[in-house]
Amino acid sequence: MSALAPALALDDITCRFAAREGGQPYTAVAHATLTVAAGEFVSVVGPTGCGKSTLLNVGAGLLAPSSGTVDIFGQRLIAANGVNRRAGYMFQADALMPWRTGIDNVTAGLEFRGVSRSEARQRGAEWLRRVGLAGFGDRYPHQMSGGMRKRLALAQTLILSPDILLMDEPFSALDVQTRQLMENELLALWAEDRKSVLFVTHDLDEAIALSDRVVVLSAGPATRPIADFKVDLPRPRDVSEIRMTPAFIALHREIWGAMKEEVLKAYERQKAA
Amino acid sequence: MRLRAVQLLVLALLIGFWYVTTKPGLLPNFYFDKDNRAAFFFGEPQKVFWIVVVWFWSGEIFQHLGITLLETALGFVIGAIFGLAMGLWLGLSSSASAVMDPYIKGLNSMPRVVLAPIFAVWFGLGIWSKVALGVTLVFFVVFFNVYQGVREVSPTLIANARMLGASRGQLLRSIYLPAAMSWVFASLHNAVGLAFVGAVVGEYLGSARGVGYLILQAEGTFDINTVLAGILVLTAFALVLDAVVGLIERRLMVWQPKASETEPT
Ligand SMILES: Nc1ncnc2c1ncn2[C@@H]1O[C@H](COP(=O)(O)OP(=O)(O)OP(=O)(O)O)[C@@H](O)[C@H]1O
Ligand SMILES: [Mg+2]
Repeated sequence: MSALAPALALDDITCRFAAREGGQPYTAVAHATLTVAAGEFVSVVGPTGCGKSTLLNVGAGLLAPSSGTVDIFGQRLIAANGVNRRAGYMFQADALMPWRTGIDNVTAGLEFRGVSRSEARQRGAEWLRRVGLAGFGDRYPHQMSGGMRKRLALAQTLILSPDILLMDEPFSALDVQTRQLMENELLALWAEDRKSVLFVTHDLDEAIALSDRVVVLSAGPATRPIADFKVDLPRPRDVSEIRMTPAFIALHREIWGAMKEEVLKAYERQKAA
Repeated sequence: MRLRAVQLLVLALLIGFWYVTTKPGLLPNFYFDKDNRAAFFFGEPQKVFWIVVVWFWSGEIFQHLGITLLETALGFVIGAIFGLAMGLWLGLSSSASAVMDPYIKGLNSMPRVVLAPIFAVWFGLGIWSKVALGVTLVFFVVFFNVYQGVREVSPTLIANARMLGASRGQLLRSIYLPAAMSWVFASLHNAVGLAFVGAVVGEYLGSARGVGYLILQAEGTFDINTVLAGILVLTAFALVLDAVVGLIERRLMVWQPKASETEPT
């Protein structure tokens, strides 16, 4: 394992989903190559349904690609042998265990790893505090708001301190204010120990404000990255303030130029289907 | 409270109707040609009531009720454990479920009450033949619910647990089992009812004790009042069992969202 190996390297990935009866197989992703360097924050933007979640699932080792390879810090990841042990994954859909209270959800990963109960509790309480849920540890997920559940999921993932963070539109369900708070919180947490992050969103503002690099995907089917932009905005950033800077606006215009056509294409296709 | 009052009124009207139509000589005969015929076929509420009172007063009923409840409990527990284990196994292993599918379907469509005489031959006339009948009834209810529940666990939930580092055993314990349990509880009312049916039907077909046996005896002497008293006691205890299950369910299923949980201020 060399120090130079990227945290996550997806190479020439193609994902073809088997057809349902009578239909054609659907090629969601074709020949996609994407790398995330160690310590890098990369965002992936693309129109809805283009295959962003599919790519994350491949990187997580939850989905075996039809062809192509995945390397984690230089080591080959084979989905059949198990998931990517160095990654934490925040899912797009709700993934909390409804039968566990807040704190028991947060400490689930520690429990699976055999950490003692008292230590897990202590660290769990600490993380609940960090995501602003201190005092909500004994509530069940259905007793929390959507935003609280997202923060709980964030704590559940981060408590394990994964080297790679895969995030699938984690904040898209939140209102603008909460969302900016969470984005700043995420940046602060990230700045502490510089994990490698692959962040999926369809919000270009969010992508630019958070990342070192923004990758634009083409519309599906046969999605692949079509453009790659470096974001050279200074850090530390404040996501609400940085949106006003001329550099941000220029970058936004540039990336949106590349994206617009794909978004329209995706829209037309979904309308036709 | 108004609801309770109306419910009691309905009960009172029913009993009143029963009393008036069966009391010999109270109304002119309109169907039977003799005065006491209606009472012979349909019993009389005040006599049924006194039989029940005497049963409980003398304590005679308790040994029968005890046996019936024991059979119910055993049938339920054993059937539920088998159903849970089998449901988990077949739900998690698609090859096993493909092999077993026709057998499960076949056994399920068989009217299983006809097994009662066979169980009587195999297990004798004691409690175990009744337990066996209860088990066959309970098993399928629990089995199908668990099987369904395991297959419908959200894939995201499983993926999340795997990403958090859950091994296969941990996945079973912390995802599949709790998910299946909520389905078991959904079928619990049904299952307890069926275990009760198994016990009573088993007793009715041949036994030396139990409420089903009391009913069988009374039927032999055309004592319709005792038959009805037995049915009344069984119904009351079925309701009690149902309430107990509801209590346990509320205890264990606190995590489940209810329709509305606001409190009036
Ligand atoms: N298991 C599957 N079987 C068949 N088709 C699938 C499957 N999973 C995804 N797809 C298809 O692949 C395409 C990409 O799906 P994916 O979930 O990756 O989209 P996405 O980019 O994450 O969209 P969104 O922004 O709406 O979350 C979609 O057209 C979807 O219908
Ligand atoms: Mg998605």
